Amino acid sequence: MGFLGELKERLIFDFIEKQRYLYILKGLRVTAIVTLLALVLGLVIGVVVAVIRTAHDQTGEKGRQGAGGFVLSVLNFFCRVYLTVIRGTPAMVQLLLMFFVFLASSTNKVLVAVLTFGINSGAYVAEIFRSGIMSIDKGQMEAGRSLGLGYGKTMQKIILPQAVKNVLPALVNEMITLLKETSICGYIGLNDLTRGGDIIRGNTFDALPPLLAVAAIYLVIVMFFTWLMGRLERRLRESDNR
Amino acid sequence: MITVKNLCKSFGEHEVLIDINEHIAPGEKVVIIGPSGSGKSTFLRCMNLLEQPTKGQVIFDGTDITEKGVNINEIRQQMGMVFQHFNLFPHLTIMENLTLAPIELKLMGREQANEEALRLLNLVNLSEKADTYPGQLSGGQKQRIAIVRSLMLKPKMMLFDEPTSALDPEMVGEVLGVMKDLARDGMTMAVVTHEMGFAREVATRVLFMDEGRIREQGTPEQIFGNPQNERTQEFLSKVL
Ligand SMILES: Nc1ncnc2c1ncn2[C@@H]1O[C@H](COP(=O)(O)OP(=O)(O)O)[C@@H](O)[C@H]1O
Ligand SMILES: [Mg+2]
Repeated sequence: MGFLGELKERLIFDFIEKQRYLYILKGLRVTAIVTLLALVLGLVIGVVVAVIRTAHDQTGEKGRQGAGGFVLSVLNFFCRVYLTVIRGTPAMVQLLLMFFVFLASSTNKVLVAVLTFGINSGAYVAEIFRSGIMSIDKGQMEAGRSLGLGYGKTMQKIILPQAVKNVLPALVNEMITLLKETSICGYIGLNDLTRGGDIIRGNTFDALPPLLAVAAIYLVIVMFFTWLMGRLERRLRESDNR
Repeated sequence: MITVKNLCKSFGEHEVLIDINEHIAPGEKVVIIGPSGSGKSTFLRCMNLLEQPTKGQVIFDGTDITEKGVNINEIRQQMGMVFQHFNLFPHLTIMENLTLAPIELKLMGREQANEEALRLLNLVNLSEKADTYPGQLSGGQKQRIAIVRSLMLKPKMMLFDEPTSALDPEMVGEVLGVMKDLARDGMTMAVVTHEMGFAREVATRVLFMDEGRIREQGTPEQIFGNPQNERTQEFLSKVL
């Protein structure tokens, strides 16, 4: 039997026999679900935290008197604790803590993963949005306010749309990071893409093909989003000149 | 229309406005002149509370707007403001720039707002720009749009902070033209500007500011023809 024949047999053994490819397909599904839901959760948390942080920084000491100002200060404090803790500890530790401590009663591992990575990603997204908001000329806020629009309305209709546009590439980047980070899901026994490949390796004692296949799938997805980001950036640059 | 009492403003240790007392009556066109850094912008911005005064009162139409519990957004609708750098919203079309505030504030329906916007755009000869974005306009066009954007709310008073300072010289005239039209229609105006010709022609009163104080004021004839204060004389000799 020649080299090609051997390879074919090896691949059939690794992927086709006992329908082992299903480990990979099902794993990919889990990875996609966890990434997408965590991304959505992260975006929501990120926008809220970023707006609280900038609202606190933009209204001076004087504008923060009264009950509303106190609430804002408290919220800002919790946001800062959140950002510090999440960004100062490994995602892996956060995942284990979530699974074995905070959500120990939950049997839904996908939920645990989505919450962990959503909360984790939210901290990074918040800082991305915050820098996006800060990059908008302060004349925009003043123009909105001088027209009688409230702070929230001005944020929503004038500042955020421009900020989102500025940070879209950074957000796509964060999504790519998130996708790769979910590969630690296996540590709580969630059968994601990485673990799918690893299970095949364990069953067949053949490491190279399944792990290479897993790597290739990540790579293709990341390359797709990188390509998308490039297109996006070009589109945005063009619309800047309109 | 607006009365400012004992107005003080500091940025940290730096006293930018020192005990300003001033009253602007309905229909007046007050032009504020003075050297850079003298507090002209800060004075103007205190009038609609874009800057929070450190001390003193700002009474607009009988309401002390520095009091707690005043709905400042409602007050600002009645006080248009035009900025040196236009501050149009670059992600919105001209039409959307004009209609955003009146629609969001529920002062007009979309259709009515569009109609009003077109009417005002016609007045400044920019109706064909309704569907373009600010990035495609010249500075003079942008500033005319900015003025019209404020007018959408039918303000009782307009504040202008160096509206022509960022413009190429050939575009100054078209913006001043719109402001003169406004003045002729009876708008109450407070204008910070270095355009002394405009001040002479339009102002009912000229204020000279220096180091956070109003040093001298009077009719354009008095201020430009026969200034009393030494600092006024010095300033005018530099700019005229
Ligand atoms: N937000 C601010 N923070 C600190 N200092 C400021 C701020 N705005 C203005 N100033 C200072 O206040 C002084 C008056 O500024 P301004 O009112 O802009 O003067 P003008 O408009 O007459 O040139 C200047 O010295 C300026 O540096
Ligand atoms: Mg100024």
